Amino acid sequence: MSFLELRNISKSYGAGSTLVHALLDVSLSVDRGILVAVMGPSGSGKSTLLTIAGSLEEPTTGEVLIDGKSLASMSHNDKARLRRRTIGYVFQDFNLLSGLTALENVSLPLELDDMSARKARTLAMAALESIGIAERAGHFPDELSGGERQRVAIARAVVGERHLLLADEPSGALDSANGEAVMKMIRGACKQGVAAVVVTHDAHLASWADRVLFLKDGRIVDQTVPPPSAESLLAPTRTS
Amino acid sequence: MSVRHALLALLSEGPKYGFQLRQEFEEGTGDVWPLNVGQVYSTLQRLEHSGHIESDDTADDGPQKVFRLTEEGKSELHRWLSTPTDMASPPRDELVIKVLSALRVPGIDVYEVIQLHRRYLVELMQQWTHLKDDEADFDLAFALVVDAELSRLDSVIRWLDQAEGRLKRAELEPTGPSTAPRLRRRLVARR
Repeated sequence: MSFLELRNISKSYGAGSTLVHALLDVSLSVDRGILVAVMGPSGSGKSTLLTIAGSLEEPTTGEVLIDGKSLASMSHNDKARLRRRTIGYVFQDFNLLSGLTALENVSLPLELDDMSARKARTLAMAALESIGIAERAGHFPDELSGGERQRVAIARAVVGERHLLLADEPSGALDSANGEAVMKMIRGACKQGVAAVVVTHDAHLASWADRVLFLKDGRIVDQTVPPPSAESLLAPTRTS
Repeated sequence: MSVRHALLALLSEGPKYGFQLRQEFEEGTGDVWPLNVGQVYSTLQRLEHSGHIESDDTADDGPQKVFRLTEEGKSELHRWLSTPTDMASPPRDELVIKVLSALRVPGIDVYEVIQLHRRYLVELMQQWTHLKDDEADFDLAFALVVDAELSRLDSVIRWLDQAEGRLKRAELEPTGPSTAPRLRRRLVARR
């Protein structure tokens, strides 16, 4: 069963002559362990798709199911709990709290969910260790490089029992080496059973995904077929 | 691709056998560009003929023949490395011609042609990128080849994105005079 399922999602803003369709009849399902990329130009509806999948915004029509449960049937509190416990977000500009250390940024969502501070920090430290940045745990965001900040943001997105990772241009502000490191971490999280959706305009980023969907003017217009083995690219035939 | 110069580069490390050159060339390019034996020996013969390499005269032609770089070969190798690869003239790119042709053919949607290629290129990029997943057996030469391929494919996708944007803007704007003569003049002037 898909961990995230979007069924015939449409989203409109405004009314009458100012009506704008941000998404039109978008359906998408993502299993655990799978990384899906949604590729499209600015204004194609990518970020709207992500905020609806993450229950930060309601669709105009259609249904979102997470782990088989429809968001429409959930109370405001249930959705808030789902966001704290199950969904991790990664944004282009990191969105770390500047007054908290790296460790505190990662442990905060667990502490907000009533976990003891000690347990939350142990789990947060484990998350920082898993992405190789434990030695920076006591530093504040402005003492970290862009690449380090994004790693902290990924640790925060996967800490605890999160099973859904939603990322909006997660390496957009980083150089290519750091961007690649970020995508490897997201793939690493998928190998641990996380379902992930990355929205991007960048083919380099999208190419890390198992499946790439192309969004245009609010509609999914195309998608890649699962790639054959990469071995097919190498040394096809030898004539001797 | 200059097999000739790549062989000179391998010989700059010291004398080598023909079979060894073939093996090192393939390993050095991550096995992405296989060479057949005939291609290696005919290139070596040409290099010997032009005085860029020399071989042990006493040995017969074959795998046991040792080749070494001459002073002339060394300067040719340095000249090649320090000369920019010719990229001055726009290549006659089939994809560009296809998109330009699609604009003229009735019943063909140029945006569909663009998306068909975009998807194909992303699929190719996925295959290359997934090779990076297991970096344990990823040697440096192969990593450089993979990066080069990914950058090349990405640049084509960027062009498709630009082309789509430009075509959409052109649909909204009134038709102006063609810029073709001016472009042609500029390209000619640069040569």
